[in-house]
Amino acid sequence: MNAVNAVIGTDLWGRVFSFQDYGELLGLLWPSLGAGAVLGVVGGVIGVVVMARDMGFAVHGISELSFAGASAALLLGFDVVTGSVVGSILAALVLGLLGSGARERNAITGVLMPFGLGLGILFLSLYEGRSANKFGLLTGQIVAVDGDKVVTMVAGAIVVLTGLAIIWRPLMFSSTDPWVAVARGVPQRTLSVVFVVLLGLAVAMAIQIVGALLVLSLLITPAAAALHLTSRPGKAVLLSVVFAVVSVVGGIMLALAGSLPVSPYVTTLSFAIWLVARAVGGRRERRGSGGGRVSGGRGAGSTAPGAVSAGLSQAASG
Amino acid sequence: MRPSKAAGTVSGSAAAQSQQQVPAVQLHNAGVDFGDRTLWNGLDLDVRPGEFIAVLGPNGSGKTTLLKVLLGMQRLTSGTAQIAGKPVGHGSPDVGVIPQQRPLPEGTPLRARDLVAQGIDGRRWGPRWLDPQRRQTQERVDALLEKVGASDYAERPVWMLSGGEQQRLRAAQALATDPALLLCDEPLLSLDVAHQEDITNLIASQAKQENTAVLFVTHEINPVLPHVDRVLYLAGGRFRIGTPEEVITTESLSDLFGRPVDVVRVGDRVAILGGEDHVHHDHDHGHSHGEAAR
Repeated sequence: MNAVNAVIGTDLWGRVFSFQDYGELLGLLWPSLGAGAVLGVVGGVIGVVVMARDMGFAVHGISELSFAGASAALLLGFDVVTGSVVGSILAALVLGLLGSGARERNAITGVLMPFGLGLGILFLSLYEGRSANKFGLLTGQIVAVDGDKVVTMVAGAIVVLTGLAIIWRPLMFSSTDPWVAVARGVPQRTLSVVFVVLLGLAVAMAIQIVGALLVLSLLITPAAAALHLTSRPGKAVLLSVVFAVVSVVGGIMLALAGSLPVSPYVTTLSFAIWLVARAVGGRRERRGSGGGRVSGGRGAGSTAPGAVSAGLSQAASG
Repeated sequence: MRPSKAAGTVSGSAAAQSQQQVPAVQLHNAGVDFGDRTLWNGLDLDVRPGEFIAVLGPNGSGKTTLLKVLLGMQRLTSGTAQIAGKPVGHGSPDVGVIPQQRPLPEGTPLRARDLVAQGIDGRRWGPRWLDPQRRQTQERVDALLEKVGASDYAERPVWMLSGGEQQRLRAAQALATDPALLLCDEPLLSLDVAHQEDITNLIASQAKQENTAVLFVTHEINPVLPHVDRVLYLAGGRFRIGTPEEVITTESLSDLFGRPVDVVRVGDRVAILGGEDHVHHDHDHGHSHGEAAR
């Protein structure tokens, strides 16, 4: 019994991690690593905005439509990257033009997402080529990344990062307090459409490596981990980028050593980073520790009869 | 110190010189209709620089719409509106806004100083580290934080701060460009009484110092009453303008509402009974905010 278990154990272990001919593989798959690093930078940066604008669900919705676009391209024999970009941008435009409030946006996402996934599955069922291609779109693949694709990825990254850099300040302003930003002359409507298109591009890029189902592991998890550790905007972006790059590049390097898709490695790494960040961040000062400062200092001298009870209720809630 | 004003038009300097004489707000025969429903009309209002005006009235009387008109987010159906002698535009540095307190979600990537900085350079393109004026921005932020008494928590994440502390920062953000006019949209909502007085004192004293006119939309009359120069009371398509003593009386408000309304004074506090005050204001406001963001 034990012997059987041991055999299955080593076999499983061998499938998850195998470092035979590792150096040679690494040499062959440098385009994947390059593409992964680029993707990490893009995902890390845009993730911070996605968190600030509370758009995680929208990211998921866009990725399903991007998947539909990619599988349509696969079926029709077009370029898969182009297909996923088209799907992404279409979804992004629908969200950007129709969903102005968070509520509307969530409703539209909820409607679009299953439709996109359904379309994608339809196209894949009709496709009669290699099944690895099909699966790869959902769960990620590394072998498909060649030199051409790296060039495409770098070009996409330059567009997304430049675009984000240009709109960064007004975008963050309108994320904090939309009305105040509009009052100050921030073109909120245009900004949110431009942002969602950039987001669509980033999603389409991410799908090439981690697949449609796991895009969030690159566009949300690293940023969420970073925001547990800091509230400084610049530092948050930096940490988020580091976490995302470590997750993708590390994930790809581990995946080379096994025969499984790349995504479990990437998602596990980014999840582990998030867990650590959360644990470390949890030990920082939590909300409420300094919350009573104003009422404590000034409320005490106030003549209002409500001041005492207000101070008390604040102390109780803090 | 005032980067956004320096970027004004050619005639900007001439306008700034005569700003002392020019009213901060000039509404002339102004009116807004929504289809066949008249929100208000025939509104004539000159607000002097430094004047503090409370805008009161029941829900749906068009208080927030008035602010939107002054922000260029709502067109007047009739009449004209000017701010500091210029027609109302889209997003002018002459107008600052303090919104109602809305809790910022945990994890928002902003420190207190970043929120204030948005009031100075939030509409500029490009990241801050490429901005040649970033040093001036930092200095201005420090000065503003000092002004509103928020220097102690300048480096703290905004979402960790109390509602009162956040409103101080929003006040600093709104004052960042030395606006001629400060629009306050229920800034006291969801604050406790001590903080309500605190924030009102802060806004009023800053406005007096800088000669900034204030339009203060609120359901909470008592915290603002000590600072108010005039009251604009909107109800049922009509309005009253005058000092609190003139407007907030049983006779004047009963006439305005067209039904009996009682004004009760207890000590130096005022309660308006039958004026639909202190009722339902939460969702009224949530709703109008949704519209504003569109």
